Amino acid sequence: MRLTDEEEAMLAGDMGPHVQWAIDHQINIGTFFDAADMVPVSQAHMMADPESCGDAGTAFMEDIARDKSKVVIPMITDPRGVDLSYYRPLGQTEEMASLERRFIIACEAIGIMMTNTCINYQTIMPPVFGDHVAYGDTGVVIYSNSVCGARSNFEGGPSALAAGLTGRTPRYGLHLEQNRTATRRYRVTTQPQELTDWGVLGAVIGRKAGSYWEVPVIEGLDHAPTSDEIKHFGAAMASYGSTPLFHIVGITPEAPTIEAVSGTGLLEEKITAADIAALRDSFAGHGDQLDVVVLAAPQLSLVEMHDAASYCAGRRLKKPLIVCTSPQVYGDATRMGFVATIEDAGGTVLQGTCFYNQYAREIGEANGWVNLLSNSAKIVNILGGYGYQPVLASMRDCIEAAIEGKMA
Amino acid sequence: MTRIFACHTGIGPIVTGKALVAADNFSARYDLDRIKGVFSRPQHLLFGQSYKDKVLVLNTAKGGVATAWMLNEMVAREVAPKALVLNSANTILAQGAAMANMTLVDRFVDGDITKLIKTGQIIRIDPKAGNIQITSSLSSAR
Repeated sequence: MRLTDEEEAMLAGDMGPHVQWAIDHQINIGTFFDAADMVPVSQAHMMADPESCGDAGTAFMEDIARDKSKVVIPMITDPRGVDLSYYRPLGQTEEMASLERRFIIACEAIGIMMTNTCINYQTIMPPVFGDHVAYGDTGVVIYSNSVCGARSNFEGGPSALAAGLTGRTPRYGLHLEQNRTATRRYRVTTQPQELTDWGVLGAVIGRKAGSYWEVPVIEGLDHAPTSDEIKHFGAAMASYGSTPLFHIVGITPEAPTIEAVSGTGLLEEKITAADIAALRDSFAGHGDQLDVVVLAAPQLSLVEMHDAASYCAGRRLKKPLIVCTSPQVYGDATRMGFVATIEDAGGTVLQGTCFYNQYAREIGEANGWVNLLSNSAKIVNILGGYGYQPVLASMRDCIEAAIEGKMA
Repeated sequence: MTRIFACHTGIGPIVTGKALVAADNFSARYDLDRIKGVFSRPQHLLFGQSYKDKVLVLNTAKGGVATAWMLNEMVAREVAPKALVLNSANTILAQGAAMANMTLVDRFVDGDITKLIKTGQIIRIDPKAGNIQITSSLSSAR
């Protein structure tokens, strides 16, 4: 890779051992993906829940903090794994909380802002068109690339950290214009109506595309989605396909026309009602047994919190309802009474976490939760490997099921 | 007879190990019970099988970013695959392998690597040279 004088100095250790680690890590990745050089980035966003990092990752962060190394660009965090104001009732242990506390202390010492959110594009500082960033969380990346027109690869925690320490990332993948044109062309034949429909549509396209290196372009939608709808659409597509970018003709900024994303010559594949039904069938319930209802993945926006509260208002839940939102939304949702309404019905609102990265296996075992109901096409895709039998339904039906005490 | 398959330059050290092959994708978050060291997702073709010290030969990545930290955590606890051999890595698997100093190669010249290697074969991976070598037949590897 071609390095600047500053990057050569980093590699030589002139800026300390951790910046040296960071640039060496980035050169390793850049070489693997044939990057010619580095590109400056304006922000970094790090996924780093304690279940994923473990003691090894936490000790790595503490080592950087001990040497007083600091990030050189604004750097924020994805949801944490433990809500320190509410973890014992979930069955999380002191050991988990301790690891969480150690990680937070290290991050703060390094200069990382603990935003603890996967909806930073709705709440913190959305990137702008052409903005090169180093974002973690697949939902954040696909929204930022596709809806905002920013430039980011999926940056795992260590690589986002490296970008925070050096202020750059290898120029490969979606930092290059030639990798942002469409490679697969889909036509929607059934219009999505609400959040879960959008999630299912994204899941079907993600599963069909099936690779990080495919870029779907979508036609046939008769209306523009809301921010929450396209959030669920993208998060599901990224989950099922490892897809970091899509275009919707006439809606997303790089695709005013099919020609603009070089999609005219691509074979058109129809997304049929049968495709949608097949995806839904794979997460259909088997019997009435319901153990827990989860609204998360992505964290709920203020509008989603409003809707969840309206479905809970004046009702009484027979089954646990867990709602995950960002600390930023939580403040407003508390002020506006949405949190109290959900809690008065018997629900639990967690801030700064997301259910699937909260030691999902351990809390499931601690509470006897197997049959899980959610409106998130993303989370039902993840939780099968954690020992759950996840079922998918709309937010309204999820909350009605918690009230009735059985599957929707 | 030794067979060699050329691939793109990879990440990590030269290693030799027993292959565990499936025409399926990979995510440490979605697919594994990392405490027990087994594939735990019922839909995965390797469901129930141990991945500890195996050379995983799979198609590509799935899902999210957690694998980047998780590979490092798995290596630290010594319940990890020995190497990842893929048709196509995504960014997360490459970043995770680099962090964990785990061997990773992809982009094979001869086609679908999940069809070219069989479970149980012993293979030697040279990331810097960009190739893998089958060093034993299936019968002699047993």
